[in-house]
Amino acid sequence: MTTTYQDRPLGKAVHDPSSEQFFAATASGSLRIKACVSCRKLHWYPRALCPYCLGDTEWREVSGRGEIYSVSVTRRPGPTPYAIAYVRLDEGITMLTNIVDCDLDSLHIGQRVRVVFKPAEDGTMIPMFAPEPA
Amino acid sequence: MSIKRKACIAGAFEHPTRKAPDKTVAQLHAECARGALADAGLRLEDVDGYFCAGDAPGLGANSMADYLGLRLRHVDTTDTGGSAHLVHVSHAAQAIAMGKCDVALITLAGRPRSEGASGVAPRMVGPGTPDLAWEAHYAPVTVNMYALAAARHMYQYGTTSEQLAWIKVAAAAHAQYNPDAMLREPVKVEDVLASPMISDPLRRLDCCVVSDGGGALVVVRPEIARSLKRPVVNVLGAGEAIKGQLNGQVDLTWSGAAWSGPRAFEEAGVKPSDVQYVSIYDSFTITVLMQLEDLGFCEKGKGGRFVADGNLISGVGKLPFNTDGGGLCNNHPANRGGITKVIEAVRQLRGEAHSKVQVPNCNLALAQGTGGLLGSRHGSATLIMERA
Repeated sequence: MTTTYQDRPLGKAVHDPSSEQFFAATASGSLRIKACVSCRKLHWYPRALCPYCLGDTEWREVSGRGEIYSVSVTRRPGPTPYAIAYVRLDEGITMLTNIVDCDLDSLHIGQRVRVVFKPAEDGTMIPMFAPEPA
Repeated sequence: MSIKRKACIAGAFEHPTRKAPDKTVAQLHAECARGALADAGLRLEDVDGYFCAGDAPGLGANSMADYLGLRLRHVDTTDTGGSAHLVHVSHAAQAIAMGKCDVALITLAGRPRSEGASGVAPRMVGPGTPDLAWEAHYAPVTVNMYALAAARHMYQYGTTSEQLAWIKVAAAAHAQYNPDAMLREPVKVEDVLASPMISDPLRRLDCCVVSDGGGALVVVRPEIARSLKRPVVNVLGAGEAIKGQLNGQVDLTWSGAAWSGPRAFEEAGVKPSDVQYVSIYDSFTITVLMQLEDLGFCEKGKGGRFVADGNLISGVGKLPFNTDGGGLCNNHPANRGGITKVIEAVRQLRGEAHSKVQVPNCNLALAQGTGGLLGSRHGSATLIMERA
């Protein structure tokens, strides 16, 4: 079975004080996560205050490479099937995402992926992941 | 300080409707309240504590206490999704133990079926929900946020679709005796595997029903319970927990039941092997398997083998579960299945389940709920009860 990836409408991105700088970075092809300035720990999704110690946080650029922790191809109600996944970044943080630009039926846990960016309805670039070339 | 034997479940009522386009949500709550109070043998004016969650219309308790004509001295609107009404039983027992109320009424009702709800539609969450900016565009829906946990469980432990299907088979085996159940046809493992794939690896028959309806419970002081005509059901112990994405250290191989379960067993002073009947939240088949492991009914990772071959079927297997047909076949009112889990456990402890599914001499039962999304954030509640 083959289920070829197709673009689907992503709706409008949610712009608020927590996401503004993140989406400014994705516009130039950079994926950032948050690190605590006090305890130094990384976390996801990004918060203004560290979820380990409530310290202040700062943005940090990451490699955008990782592997699929879990993946599910949502086929109904359609019309466009899509692969929702958790990807564990090489930095040790796991984020919810979609896997794109591939045969969705070929995806498997443990597979290496790298970040790509897809435009939302308002042009905001949304980070997603595609399989690394073999 | 403990709630062990400090409060009793004196009234339990499950609304018989599964589709109610001609009734308001407030009316359904009130019909459930009437049913549970009649079951207990108590009157509206006896109620001095009220518990409801996000399914209550308007401004929750403010709206519903006024609609029901209640005069209260204790109110609790804890909302942990579908597990909320299990938490309410625990909180009601705490309030009774502290002298804050004597007769606590808990109601749930909703009309998701009439209103066209679906497990493959985006979940309605309010603006300002903090994860929205980071997740909404990936189209997380109810079913795929459980499918991700199922996929990982299969990868890590070798769990199979056939094993998950056995959970549905057991629920359907029970539902055939429930005249109110939405789905009463027995099914085979092959039927589950032949149903359409919704979100890998979950198929249509791995998913619960969408139904209208509701339920209510009355929790009272032990002296009051003993003065009534109904069998006495004691609350023995309870646990609650919220599990999320663990700050990005996501681990989908266990649920919040791994936290709430041990707390409940410790308070009750019993162990899993003592339990004769379990009501386990069955939003999806994987939800059941995960909670059974996390509660300690089997080893982590061996849930697939545990549920296979009819082990959850009353009279057949070792651990009878959801003898009303559960959310998979009977009812999932307001998309929240916690209250019906308690109601069927009460029926079993009273000896009032259908004769084909009644567990003989059922003295110790457990009800377990997982509300929200197994694959991201959920509230877990465990409740252990005994026949006095």
